[in-house]
This record gives sequence, C-alpha cells and structure tokens, in this order.
Amino acid sequence: MTHVQIYLPIAELSVNVFLIFVMGLAVGFISGMFGIGGGFLMTPLLIFIGISPGVAVASVTTHIAASSFTGAITYWRRRALDPALALMLLVGGTIGTAAGVWLFSLLRSIGQLDLTIGLSYLILLGAVGSLMVVESAQAIIRARRGRPTEIRRGGSHTWIHGLPFKLRFKQSKIYVSTIPVWGIGFFIGFIGAVMGIGGGFLLVPMLIYVLRVPTNVVIGTSMVLTLVTMAFATIMHAATNHLVDMVLALILMVGGVTGAQFGARAGQKIRSEQLRLLLGLLVLAVGLRFAFGLVLQPEELYIVRAQGAT
Amino acid sequence: MMRWRLATSAVLVALGLCAAPANAERLVTSLSNYRVSIASNFTGADLVLFGTVDRDARTVARRGGYDIVVTVTGPRQTVVTWRKDRIAGIWVNAESRTFVDAPSYLAVLANRPADAIAGPELRRRLQIGLNDILLPQDIAGDVADVVRDDPFRMAFVRLRTEQGLYMERTNAVTFLTSTLFRTAIPLPADAPIGTYQVDVKLFADGTLIAREQSAFELYKAGFEQVVANAARNHGFLYGLGTSALAIFIGWLASVVFRRD
Repeated sequence: MTHVQIYLPIAELSVNVFLIFVMGLAVGFISGMFGIGGGFLMTPLLIFIGISPGVAVASVTTHIAASSFTGAITYWRRRALDPALALMLLVGGTIGTAAGVWLFSLLRSIGQLDLTIGLSYLILLGAVGSLMVVESAQAIIRARRGRPTEIRRGGSHTWIHGLPFKLRFKQSKIYVSTIPVWGIGFFIGFIGAVMGIGGGFLLVPMLIYVLRVPTNVVIGTSMVLTLVTMAFATIMHAATNHLVDMVLALILMVGGVTGAQFGARAGQKIRSEQLRLLLGLLVLAVGLRFAFGLVLQPEELYIVRAQGAT
Repeated sequence: MMRWRLATSAVLVALGLCAAPANAERLVTSLSNYRVSIASNFTGADLVLFGTVDRDARTVARRGGYDIVVTVTGPRQTVVTWRKDRIAGIWVNAESRTFVDAPSYLAVLANRPADAIAGPELRRRLQIGLNDILLPQDIAGDVADVVRDDPFRMAFVRLRTEQGLYMERTNAVTFLTSTLFRTAIPLPADAPIGTYQVDVKLFADGTLIAREQSAFELYKAGFEQVVANAARNHGFLYGLGTSALAIFIGWLASVVFRRD
C-alpha cells in the first residue's frame, strides 16, 4: 500500500499515491483546525515534490473547491453565512478569477510564472504571517494579564463607509458600499487563480476589519466565495491552460476532506489566539521557504520547459 | 539513339538494384512490442530489440566484425532552456534559448564507443551520439545548430540525461553470435507519449553498410487516456466535470462526517 505508484495523466509523472494522500490528509487537518482552505500549504508542497507550478496551482483549485463546499454546507445548516454578501463578493470574485487566469497564461508564455508564484508567496505570506504572529502574541500577552482577548471592532465609521452605492446586508447587519465588497471579491479571486490558494486566510480578516462583518457569519460567507471562485478557476484553468490534473486533485480531495474533519475537532480544543499564533507561524514558515528559494543560489541554474509553459 | 541510351541505362539501373542486395548485408530487426501502453501503474519499461545481419554466399568477409548503433528518437517538441541569473538579489529566469523540434527522448545505443565505430566526419553526418545530434536553436528567427560546447546546449543535454530521457550507452548492444544482436531500450516513467523512431545502423570497417528504420508508439491506455484526451480536446467540459467531482466529494464528506 505504501508503494503504490500512480501515473498522473496531466502532470505526466508517476507519484506515490500514499504520499499524495498523506499530504492531502495533513493539509486537510490543518485547514480544518484553522478553518481555512489550505491552498497556501498544498500548492508549495506539490511544487516541492516536483510537480510543475502550473499543474500544482491549477489542480489545487479543485481541491480547495471540494473542501470549501464541505465547510459551506456545515455553515449553511447553522445559518452562519450571509448569502447576499456572498453574492456581491462573487460579482468581483468571478471577474478577478478570470483576470487571474489570464495573467497566469501570460506569465506562463514569457517564462516568469515560477518567479511570480515565488515572489507572491514570499510577499503575501511574509506580510500576513508577520501580522498574525504579532497580533496573536499581543492577544496572548493581554490574556495572561487577565484582560479580555476579544478583537476590538474599533470605531464604527471609516472612509470605507463614506463610499456610494450602499447596500444593506441583513444577515450581517451592515450597511456598506458595494465598491469595497466587489474590490475584495476581485482581489481574492485574482490572487487565488494566480497562486492556487483559496484566500480564506486573507478574506476573513478583510471582512472583519474592513467591512465589519460579524464573526459568526464571516467564515461561512468566505467559504461560499472560495467555493465559487475555485470551481470557476478550475474550469478556466482547464479550458485555457489544460493543466488541471483530475487524478491528482481526486487523491488530494479525498485526503483533504477527511483530514479536515479531524482538524476541526482538534481546533476546538485550542484557544483562538493560540490558534492564530500557530497559523501565523505556519504562514511565515512557508513564506520563508520561498524566500530561501529566491535568494540562495540554486543548485541547478538551468531549467527546460516546453515552449509556452513553465 | 536517345531512346536506346535511355533503355540501356534503365536496364543498368535495374541490374544495379538487383545486384546491391545480393552483395551487401541486409539488416533485419524486430522489437518486442510496437505499442507500449502507459497505464496508471506505469513506472517505466524496457523494450527489447533483436536484429540480425543478413548475409549470403556472395557477401564479402568483414575482418573487423560488425558494429551496430541504435538511435531511438521520441516525439519532437520545441522547448525552452532557461538560465537563472541573480537580478536585484534574487534568482530569476533571465536568459533563454529555444530548441526547435528537439527529441523529447533520445537513446543512442551501441556495441562500443562511437569514436571506435566511425570517424568524426561520418559521426557528424549521421548524427551518431549525443555530441553529434542536431539540436537546432531559434536564434532571433534563424534556426541553426550551435557549437557543441554551447552552455545552453550542454545544460539541455545534461538535464535530459539526468531525467533519464537522453542516454548514450556504448555497451548496450550485445552480439549473441557474429551476426545476431540484441539491445534493450529503456523507457522511463515520464517518457512522453507519441511515436518513437528506431534507426538501426550497421557499420563495418568504419563505414555505414546498412540501415533499418522502424517505429513504436507509446500511448496512454484506459482511464489515463480518457483523462488526458478530455483535458486536451474538451478543456471546458473537462473543467466542468472536475468541478462537479469536487462538489460531489465535498458533499459526500459533509454527509459521511455529519455530526449534528
């Protein structure tokens, strides 16, 4: 069982089924624990075991679609999501995904996709990871001193609330301009398609801090956006770049959704600020791994790629 | 007069054609398999090539014995070799060379080193060995081969060799008798699908005396075939199907693991 090789028809290489399944399981466990899609871990892992960045990004979108659908169903049953807000986010999200796939194809044709993926991971994960570590460390210190650990929702009005085209979202109890909603949707869809991430770890803080969405509906709503942008990205990547490996995605999905269940149970036993610190460290570690890859002299300076592909 | 001369030359040509096979050796080869399928458990395969040097009573004796060079060429594809350079502190794909219609797989199998089989001029003309194979590059719209020690060419051949896709083996052809030989063509797990040309050359005393060409096909079988074809030819439907699969797996998980 541990030595079953399977041939991946699109990646065009033979991999150990058990290894891919365990990777799916491990990333699923982490994603369930933190309530995220786990794309920012899965895509780099696939790249590190030798799958080309293009196939990794395109196939992980499928994996995230599956795991976010499981999550969305759970939150839907608890009525812990805002359909109207999700719909408005999706307007921006689908356009962003289309733009992301277009950029992906362009970068692929000029041979700079690997670099862009590496740099984006480094910048995004480095920044987000550092912020999370600092924020959660402060929360832990506050908790030690016996102060409340809840995130302060701050003043109720910023410049965001001065923008036009306001809409009332009943479930979230917010009255906000659709411009930042579309903007956030576009951004998440865009980076998701380019980097092979669902973007939950970016979307959740954005919804909380920028749009002031209450925490009880935020994760469910973000999962709906992730589900649709990732399913759409799968179709777009398949139709334009032909890089989605169904066999790879299937093994990842089965491992991922299984691992997520155990992760969710483990996550409930840990305090939320400790959970955020762990996630922050993890995000930072992946970002650093990319930094080393970009800064250290590679052992192999040459690389051979099919024309119009990286 | 003119007509007579034509007729005479036609007869001479016909005689020549008949005479040639009677004097020279003929190569007869056979592969163990002409259609190699890649299934989900494909981890590489060895194809066996058998061949014999067909002689008859009038064939001249060859004191130096025979030499065989088998060149197997996979489907051709245009590839780009990139070289990383340090730009602003990070390593970036900076320079590139486009290799036009380069073999995706190339095996040169012989019974002894190429320089012992033929002289440098003949080796270059017949492209015997990895050093003498033509690898034309697209240089600003002009397609031409470059010098043998071009760094991009060397890197390309080295990387392909490390992947097991290019190889040159000077002891891979075994003579079982003085005229019967065999060799194994190793196909790695990630050998690309398509038609592989097999070119068998027979040498004696440093000259080419016979040549035989055949081909085999590497194809994806069963489920892999369906998936690969669908992805290439019906990308949109394939994407829809893959998304539907993701939704199904996600739904299944929510049913299987439902707790409330």
